[in-house]
Amino acid sequence: MARFDNPEDIKVIVATDCGSTTTKAILIEYHNGEYRLMHRGEAPTTVEAPFEDVTMGVLNAVGELEELSGRTLLGKDNRFISPSNGDTGTDVYISTSSAGGGLQMMVAGVVRSMTAESAERAALGAGAIVMDVIASNDKRLPHQQIERIRHLRPDMILLSGGIDGGTRTHVVEIAELVSAADPRPRLGSSYKLPIIYAGNVDARKNVEETLSDKVDLRMVDNLRPILERENLAPAREEIHELFMEHVMAQAPGYKKLMSWTDAPIMPTPGAVGLIIKTIADQYNIEAVGVDIGGATTDVFSVFRPDGSTGEFNRTVSANLGMSYSVSNVFAEATLPMVMRWVPFIMDERDLRNRVKNKMIRPTTIPQSLEELVFEQAIAKEALRLAFVQHKSFATVLKGVQQQRTIADAFEQSASGQTIVNMMSLDMLIGSGGVLSHAPRRQQAALMLIDGFMPEGITRLAVDSIFMMPQLGVLTEVQAKAATEVFEKDCLIHLGCCVAPSGTAKKPGTVMKYRIDLPTGTVSGTLNHLEMKLFPLGLDENGLPLKAKAVLEPERSYDLGAGKGNTVNCELHGGVVGIILDGRERPFNLSTLTEKERVNNLKNWMNELNIYSGIDKL
Amino acid sequence: MGHAYTPGLKVTDRTVISKERILPLKGDVMVKVGDKVSPDTVVARTLLPGSVEPINVANKLGIPPEDIEMVMKKKVGDPIEEGEEIALVTTLFIFKNRCHATCKGTIESISSITGQVLQRGEPSPVEVKAYLEGEVTEVIPEEGVVVTCDAAFVQGIFGIGGESFGTIKIATPDNQTVLSDDLIDDSLKDHVVVGGSLVTAEALKKAIQVGARGIVVGGFDDKDLRGFLGYDIGVAITGSEDIGLTLVVTEGFGQIDMARKTYDLLKQHEGEMACINGATQIRAGVIRPELVIPRSVSTERDSQTAQEISGLTIGSPVRVIRHPHFGRLGNVTDLPSPLQVLESESKARVLEVKFENGDKAIVPRANVEMIEG
Repeated sequence: MARFDNPEDIKVIVATDCGSTTTKAILIEYHNGEYRLMHRGEAPTTVEAPFEDVTMGVLNAVGELEELSGRTLLGKDNRFISPSNGDTGTDVYISTSSAGGGLQMMVAGVVRSMTAESAERAALGAGAIVMDVIASNDKRLPHQQIERIRHLRPDMILLSGGIDGGTRTHVVEIAELVSAADPRPRLGSSYKLPIIYAGNVDARKNVEETLSDKVDLRMVDNLRPILERENLAPAREEIHELFMEHVMAQAPGYKKLMSWTDAPIMPTPGAVGLIIKTIADQYNIEAVGVDIGGATTDVFSVFRPDGSTGEFNRTVSANLGMSYSVSNVFAEATLPMVMRWVPFIMDERDLRNRVKNKMIRPTTIPQSLEELVFEQAIAKEALRLAFVQHKSFATVLKGVQQQRTIADAFEQSASGQTIVNMMSLDMLIGSGGVLSHAPRRQQAALMLIDGFMPEGITRLAVDSIFMMPQLGVLTEVQAKAATEVFEKDCLIHLGCCVAPSGTAKKPGTVMKYRIDLPTGTVSGTLNHLEMKLFPLGLDENGLPLKAKAVLEPERSYDLGAGKGNTVNCELHGGVVGIILDGRERPFNLSTLTEKERVNNLKNWMNELNIYSGIDKL
Repeated sequence: MGHAYTPGLKVTDRTVISKERILPLKGDVMVKVGDKVSPDTVVARTLLPGSVEPINVANKLGIPPEDIEMVMKKKVGDPIEEGEEIALVTTLFIFKNRCHATCKGTIESISSITGQVLQRGEPSPVEVKAYLEGEVTEVIPEEGVVVTCDAAFVQGIFGIGGESFGTIKIATPDNQTVLSDDLIDDSLKDHVVVGGSLVTAEALKKAIQVGARGIVVGGFDDKDLRGFLGYDIGVAITGSEDIGLTLVVTEGFGQIDMARKTYDLLKQHEGEMACINGATQIRAGVIRPELVIPRSVSTERDSQTAQEISGLTIGSPVRVIRHPHFGRLGNVTDLPSPLQVLESESKARVLEVKFENGDKAIVPRANVEMIEG
């Protein structure tokens, strides 16, 4: 491919994401001073038999781009033409991949809540699926740990433990367990399993003696050099390096694909994390992204607990999804929690069978309204559960001593407290079939609100066609193009949610509001258990219109400025608009009678125009 | 994208079934190409390395780890017996502290950093059986074999329990009758029992009591499944349950008539030996539960594969696999190409289906599967 010293010279970009079932290609072009998505093509992924060559799927997807755009991208030798010239060729080609099961890792550390958790954070941040976390204190006996390591067959292992200069014994003990298990790589037996050691530097020699004969051992800087600091970047970089070198190189056709791309192929979730982090940093906001799939739900977040530095976290809820894992959502959430979102009665036996039938036939779609309402109720619970997991993982470092003053006497936060702060969260982005393909955008907005229960003022958006992975890897090559396309073409801005936090002993008025909409000023009161929708759309570029607002919460409620304090702000619009949510936080339906619950659900759904004909069910 | 339809489950009277029978680790293959095998013939065996048991000798004896080599009575690779002395330290010339092996096997490693000694237990034998009645058609050296047979073949949608075999016995008068406990008796011992639209929890329990090997039935209630297993199946990966028999569900959860074609095929083979496996995996690399009825007479491979490739056409027999018409069977009568708006307001490609009773309905193409065979 052509090389560009100046990223500004890049005018045409092709990016693909090789998923486990579909390969998606996008074409981005620079016109009139801005980068925009021009076309999108897709084709089945061809990693598995009978094709066993990922590039076939890539060529098919790019072929669709050619048909749609009229641009010739591939030469006679089926290679990309580069650089671009008129209607021919592309300047850059990049790709991400989660085909063939993605990147599967095992991590190990000494203390579960300290070095092992840091190692887990490094692996998840690099886009891996963490199969298991082994730690000295994980309550398993050594022989059980060895059995587990032996059976896992990961793509690689990340081994950590100890602070630099600390005791060596424990981390070497873990290395001995790994050595005894003699783990084998998942793909092929022709190479040694890669193990990254990112623990106490003083133990390197001992770890090397224990492991170097059996595995492909790499040493990087300690990911927890001192207790108070994490240093995850070197481990993450090595994971990406090994992903290219070992995992990708073993998958069919990837050697060829790697020779085509202008930037290293990145694991899909790693790339999604990168774009969310880039956007959050660029606008200095706090953001949460969620990708709810058929089998798993990924949650990404950037929060700024110290007010400036963005802390990125990613979690994968391996068994929370809308098809393969739908039955597990049902089992974990329990029937009453799912049914609390459904405004009609369904027979339990019948419901259970329906859920299991979706599990065994995952590609089916809801035909009737009743099925759609039920499916979206399950999605709300899957989102809620995945976010609960995320909150417990995205924490300040555990095991760190905190200095406290007398001022902290009444408000002591524990070590390991979550950094997820719903009040300071600026933006919530959803993607995945159930959100992106909901028949009405209002449904996606309500699923995000009910699943995450945002507090204060939060913007809502969905990824229109799931191109966050491609844009993530694009940030490595042309960050401006990535952020422009993300804002204008990738995101569908839904609007914002205004949800006062707090509860009142005698529920009544929650908030007074005055919003200057382009169509005129609206003002009024928002009552307890009330939801309101005010349309405020998009401008001609697809960006949200803004409206000035004065919001006066009652004294038990907070909108971010403290209980009872007025907030003067700008509210963002979108295809749904401004949603005022008076359902209190924490949200609690249990005080309502069954009839009240059903009536309230129907009121919310009607006010937000969620479904048509819900009253008839 | 190509055709939007779910390939159906295979139900056929004549096909060729080949199964790879592979060891988890390299070992010995016990048969050769051309050998006739029965389901319980051992085709390959190997020894799995024993489990590892660590013992911190330095801690036990109260010595620094770096002194461990001096007190060890066994070296790496030495055989050990359970209870055998492996380390000894003498203090003040008379007090002796001993450390004993906790398993039979060998010494795997001795660490002077941690003071830990790893003991490797005795290897355990693993055997792979033929599962099918047929012929060995390929030997994969040191790994296993391929067993092939001509057979009638029924794929289920969901199952529990592993590989088994037994004689087919039809227990319900038709494909719609519920297999209840009053239809189960001692005569079903060692049989693969075929039921109609549903098997009740009581019938399943009784079938296990009388020693039936397997049950093939149209539907099963999830609530009963949960009660039966004692836990909820969250992800459809099954086959390792040890419940005393193998269950293969052909249509889905709930009471659903077994497809007439499936029922008739099984009835036709009543009294014959069938190999049954409940293992199910609904993810990449799909595994479906199955019933294989090996045939003694060699037959031509079924030539209906052309239908599988061509996708849905007018007249294709289909099964609806989602509410509101879940489980109903019919034939495709129209395949309109424009997207249509469903009651749920989703836009999808649809088809028109005429059910067995003559009713017609519009159904998303994603919500039907072809009945193949």
